[in-house]
Amino acid sequence: MHEPPGKVDNDLILSVEDLAVHFPVGGGLLGRNRRVLRAVDGVDLKLKRGECLGLVGESGSGKSTVALSILGLLAPTRGRIVLDGQVVTSRPSGDRKALARIVQMVFQDPYASLNPRQTVRRTLEDPLRVHGVTARSEIEDRVATMLRHVGLRPEQADRYPHEFSGGQRQRIGIARALILNPKIVICDEPVSALDVSIRAQIINLLLELKDTLGLSYIMISHDLGVVEHMSDRVAVMYLGRIVENGDWREIFERPAHPYTRALISAIPDPLHHAPLATTGGDLPNPLNPPNGCAFSPRCRYAEDVCRHEPGPALETRPDGHAVRCWRAEEIAGRMALASTEGG
Amino acid sequence: MLSFLIRRLLQTIPTVLAVVLLVFVLFSVVPGSIASTISDDVDPQVELRLKQQLGLNDPIYVRFGNYIGKLAIGDFGTSFRTREPVTSMIAKRAWPTLQLIFTAMAFSVLLGVPLGFVAALRPGGLVDSAAMIVAVTGLSIAKFWLGLVIMYVFALKLGWLPSFGYGDGGLKHLLLPALTLGVSPMALFARTTRAAVLEIMTADFVRTARSKGMSETRVVKWHVMRNALVIILTTVGLQFGGLMGQAVVVEKLFSWPGIGSLLVDSVLQRDIPAVQGSILVVVLAFLAINLLVDLLYGVIDPRIRYA
Repeated sequence: MHEPPGKVDNDLILSVEDLAVHFPVGGGLLGRNRRVLRAVDGVDLKLKRGECLGLVGESGSGKSTVALSILGLLAPTRGRIVLDGQVVTSRPSGDRKALARIVQMVFQDPYASLNPRQTVRRTLEDPLRVHGVTARSEIEDRVATMLRHVGLRPEQADRYPHEFSGGQRQRIGIARALILNPKIVICDEPVSALDVSIRAQIINLLLELKDTLGLSYIMISHDLGVVEHMSDRVAVMYLGRIVENGDWREIFERPAHPYTRALISAIPDPLHHAPLATTGGDLPNPLNPPNGCAFSPRCRYAEDVCRHEPGPALETRPDGHAVRCWRAEEIAGRMALASTEGG
Repeated sequence: MLSFLIRRLLQTIPTVLAVVLLVFVLFSVVPGSIASTISDDVDPQVELRLKQQLGLNDPIYVRFGNYIGKLAIGDFGTSFRTREPVTSMIAKRAWPTLQLIFTAMAFSVLLGVPLGFVAALRPGGLVDSAAMIVAVTGLSIAKFWLGLVIMYVFALKLGWLPSFGYGDGGLKHLLLPALTLGVSPMALFARTTRAAVLEIMTADFVRTARSKGMSETRVVKWHVMRNALVIILTTVGLQFGGLMGQAVVVEKLFSWPGIGSLLVDSVLQRDIPAVQGSILVVVLAFLAINLLVDLLYGVIDPRIRYA
């Protein structure tokens, strides 16, 4: 599944350029005290055909906001999104329909994201009808095929969501996303609401469908463990920005940003006992971001430059590994030294 | 489903018994009797004979037993005042009350629900603020005061509509009392609808619907409205019962010949069978509406199944 970079089709299917989504917050009468929440602030992403891009970061880092912008459900404040060769950010926001045919989303909570008052059949038929498929037999065929694809029986279609288990519901969510034959599927924490015992099933199903249907994925998660198994490339977000971006092997084996390091050491590992570089504290308030690098208050490597100078630009190395950290080189050097001494 | 229905119907029996008992006890402790309401100085002999005739000298448990026995065969007794069977008195007055309640309900639903809906589409906007000011005012106004103001403005000052009475039972006489009765449920429906729509607008499945490429109109029509309907239906059902009680005030105020004013008049004259009968009818109507709402849930919400 993790192919060497040379073999991947170099054709871009999605490119996000300098995306920013700001929300006005508060504001009493006449708009006084109105502040701006920079949920996403200058994000660049590229997704190649057939690739799975992992987008990780803790809650509030802006992952889902990026996803909703790509889906056209949130209007970006700035930036450009190019989907399958077409610039979609310049279109009127009512153009959901055209977007929906290219990109679909599997939502996090399979309990809440299905309308409890309609049958699974209706949930699956709806997108087809919205997109102009009217022939009764075709609709029935596609619903049945899709249910089989996700491992459900076509005769289960006339049941309501509450009659299914969590894993089955997520299968319905996946079927719903795929029934329009999209090219890109954004999976927003697709397994975090599920029992650990069925997570692997859903992940395997997603991987299988990616190959059979030729899909490209953006896999959103706060859990690097899930992403590790699926992604070809990984982008790490922190407080509305990408702080590190690169090939999955690079990210997991040579994490350059202290935040990525902390995320990786948070993956439970039965072979490692001591937690390594976990980070304390919470995500800073995005309404009142810290001076300097946004991660500096929680970073164990932070120095004066980190606390006073805003984080540097995302610097891409020749091997495609990009990182946004003042001290990346220094830390990498120290790590290399430590591992030689230790090994 | 059938067993649910039977069970629910059986459950109404203790409720009805409790209500009857409560009214019985209340009337045996309040001072005065039918005799004392005829004149201030009734001959004690006359009073005694009258009480004997009406069976008021029997102990309360005997009277209660007699009443329940008759009730079981559908006999509500005879009015002390008019010597008319209570059933026929109520039958005559049921239609005006139903007219009043249904008109008030239609007014409040047709105005309140759209108002709340429009308010929810742009929360915090001008329409929203205006609608919620109307709603809070409507909920806070006392009915007897509002009725008097409405009477004063529309009947006395403007002279558009008659100020009281039933007339020929047409719309002309009905409008003002129905308006008075409908204002507070209208306000309540506006608030409930707004809250329900706002809540559902942010539900995950609405986001899912949008991600399908559905137009916003269709999302609102199919996903939001249908789900908001359950909450609105509950409120409407409960208000139906509430209106039965509130109608007493409005009927008396506008001299509307319904069950409410029958109740008030009967209480004032200690006409126990008529009071019992009126209260019983109101209670039964209340229970019937609640049952109907419960059954409707099953139609609207597939998660609810009765067994």
